[in-house]
Amino acid sequence: MTAADAVLVLLWAGLTAYALFGGADFGAGFWDLLRGGRRADRIGALVEDTIGPVWEANHVWLIFALVVVWTAFPPVFAAVASTLYVPLTAVAIGVILRGSAFIFRKSVDDPRLERLFGILFGLSSIITPFFLGAIAGAIASGRVPPGNAAGDPVGSWLNPTSVLGGTLAVGMCAYLAAVYLTSDARRTGDPALADAFRARALGMGTAVGVVAMLGIGVLSRDAPALYDGLVARALPVVILSAFAGIGSLGLLYQRRFGAARATAGLAVGSVLWGWAVAQYPHLLVGSLTIGQAAAGEATLVALLVSLVVGAILVVPSMAALFFLSQRARP
Amino acid sequence: MNLFDIFAIVDQPDLWAARAQMALSLAWHIVIACFGVGLPLLILVAEFRAQRGGGAVYDELAHRWAKVLGVLFAVGAVSGTILSFEMGILWPRLIETFGSVMGLPFAIEGVAFFIEAIFIGIYLYGWDRLPPRIHLLTGVPIVISGVASAWFVVTANAWMNQPVGFVLTDGVVTGVDPLAAIFNPATPVETTHMILAALMVTGFGIAAGHAWGLWRDAGSRVHRTGFLVAFTLGALVTPAQVVVGDAAAQFLATNQPIKLAAIEGLYQSERGAPLSIGGIPIDGQMRFALQIPDGLSLLAFRDPNALVQGLDTVPADQQPPVLPVHVAFQVMVAIGFFMLGLGVWLAWSWRRRRGLPGARAFLLGAIVSGPAAAVAMEAGWVVTELGRQPWIVYGVMRVDEAVTVARGLPIGLFTLLGVYVALTIGTVFVLRRTLRPAPAEPIA
Repeated sequence: MTAADAVLVLLWAGLTAYALFGGADFGAGFWDLLRGGRRADRIGALVEDTIGPVWEANHVWLIFALVVVWTAFPPVFAAVASTLYVPLTAVAIGVILRGSAFIFRKSVDDPRLERLFGILFGLSSIITPFFLGAIAGAIASGRVPPGNAAGDPVGSWLNPTSVLGGTLAVGMCAYLAAVYLTSDARRTGDPALADAFRARALGMGTAVGVVAMLGIGVLSRDAPALYDGLVARALPVVILSAFAGIGSLGLLYQRRFGAARATAGLAVGSVLWGWAVAQYPHLLVGSLTIGQAAAGEATLVALLVSLVVGAILVVPSMAALFFLSQRARP
Repeated sequence: MNLFDIFAIVDQPDLWAARAQMALSLAWHIVIACFGVGLPLLILVAEFRAQRGGGAVYDELAHRWAKVLGVLFAVGAVSGTILSFEMGILWPRLIETFGSVMGLPFAIEGVAFFIEAIFIGIYLYGWDRLPPRIHLLTGVPIVISGVASAWFVVTANAWMNQPVGFVLTDGVVTGVDPLAAIFNPATPVETTHMILAALMVTGFGIAAGHAWGLWRDAGSRVHRTGFLVAFTLGALVTPAQVVVGDAAAQFLATNQPIKLAAIEGLYQSERGAPLSIGGIPIDGQMRFALQIPDGLSLLAFRDPNALVQGLDTVPADQQPPVLPVHVAFQVMVAIGFFMLGLGVWLAWSWRRRRGLPGARAFLLGAIVSGPAAAVAMEAGWVVTELGRQPWIVYGVMRVDEAVTVARGLPIGLFTLLGVYVALTIGTVFVLRRTLRPAPAEPIA
């Protein structure tokens, strides 16, 4: 394994963490927006309590991924960011609206304002992962050529694979959130709310599974290189994802919420890893490989050292934060 | 060079929009980021005093300031994200060519930011859930990582002013030494100058809020104590900032002389160059300035006869815009000395009678000092950034070589402008609501 491969593995681990934790925070916003009826207030309170202490830390994974890409694979960052200027700007605005609306809602007590900020928070929690997924679709379908804004400014992210990517991203975030919130609701002693989220998780999990299966047909036509990788080298990962997804639905059905959390995470995480395995060693499909895009050895080694030291500091701290925020309220 | 040169770039609307968008996002984020550096320190001081028998006032202050930090850190975290996007969206050629040289400090800053976000979560959530001493300790990593992120991110800007640690042949970078890039010659002065500025913005910013409280309710103990603690931080840092600022100017004289020439509006190289205070550069001449003979030579080289390099030593297309750089510098220095004066006033009054100066003018000055500190810090960034023009990487890559070729950037700029206006209104509104004292119980 080269230094560039090692950086790529750490980058992908970071992106996976973003999907599993940051993604669930997006999903919580999705359910917050769609709440209604007699349980609306309890859903809002649960979402606020669950993501309140952790969402900023979970958000940092995204920044981590960006800076690692531009340090280790500068031409990839330049090509992706300049071609995908529109969806990236949408993500940036979504991130700003979402974070500020969330903290604003928490800090005001006027019900009308709470509603306004709540709607902003929910909408941006859907828009942001959609565009992130669309960006993934653009890269995976080979629509980002190397160079300065060399790709199609609109077609690069408005195409079947990007729409699939965006839809899957929103769905997976909502699914993860529903699964996590199920056990959070049970932990706070609200079994009725846990059951409500169980139903949501079962529904959303099934929907995501169906979209993913239909998606394979889309990819075979719209992203042939990715498709070839998915059905060959990445096939074991794809199968693992499918089994983990089905397994998590079964566990949810049996109300084994803790175990369902793990398998749901595995199902979503292995989608990301399946994509990576299928596309390896190309960073930009059809053009740049890892070897062509990687920075020099000195940069990669310095980056690896920083990331390892960083992980030693960050991982236990993050665990402490999760432990603290997951303890039942006194 | 005339007054409207600053607008001459508008014949390239996309380049103009890219620069304006970057400036807008940076200028907005950096004020908030300053509080991320300084406010944790103030909160810890208050909590420490509260635990050591300082009384309920300190406890109240620690909680109030923590509420402010909770809002500002969230807003800062999301407004900082867009900056990392913009590095590639707006300046792809900068990253493509130099990402491997200047990227490392951003990655390390990412780690520091992680620690800060995690411990802010622990600190705010754990307030009534952890033993008091442990809780105080969980605040320490916030302070350290806040200062560390400022340090690392500013090293990247310092590198853009003093690019080292690589070899450039035919547009391709080789022989990268990322540590040399981090510890480039501009790093010591620039990072120190910025971290002190962040402490000043926080100190005077928070003090201004409490000064406003004292203006309306002179007897409030919370406001009095909060004012004293925060103002002391700002007032202690100010003299040090004057020394560091002077070192920064001396550094420029040798390492980035054209920036200093733009600051001073020195069009021709001169021995015994005068120091221009105030004034407006018009048509290649400094007008209406108070000039101290030999002053610039003395300040820059500690020698009244020293030769100071003028703008004429580089071709016209390599000269920064003089007017905004000169004016911004004057503003920054004037505000700095204004604060120094306020600090001396308080110290004098404290020595004489252990109290705040009685004059309303002092409170008024203190109220002004908050926004003024932010203005001075922004003005300093105008000097640094515009003074580097037309280069994005000093002497190596021009801004117009780095910019994206994507079109339609003005649309993005104006969209973001709307977002920032809304964000500003929202932040101010929410902070005011958060800090509003609980309504008094109606007297039956």
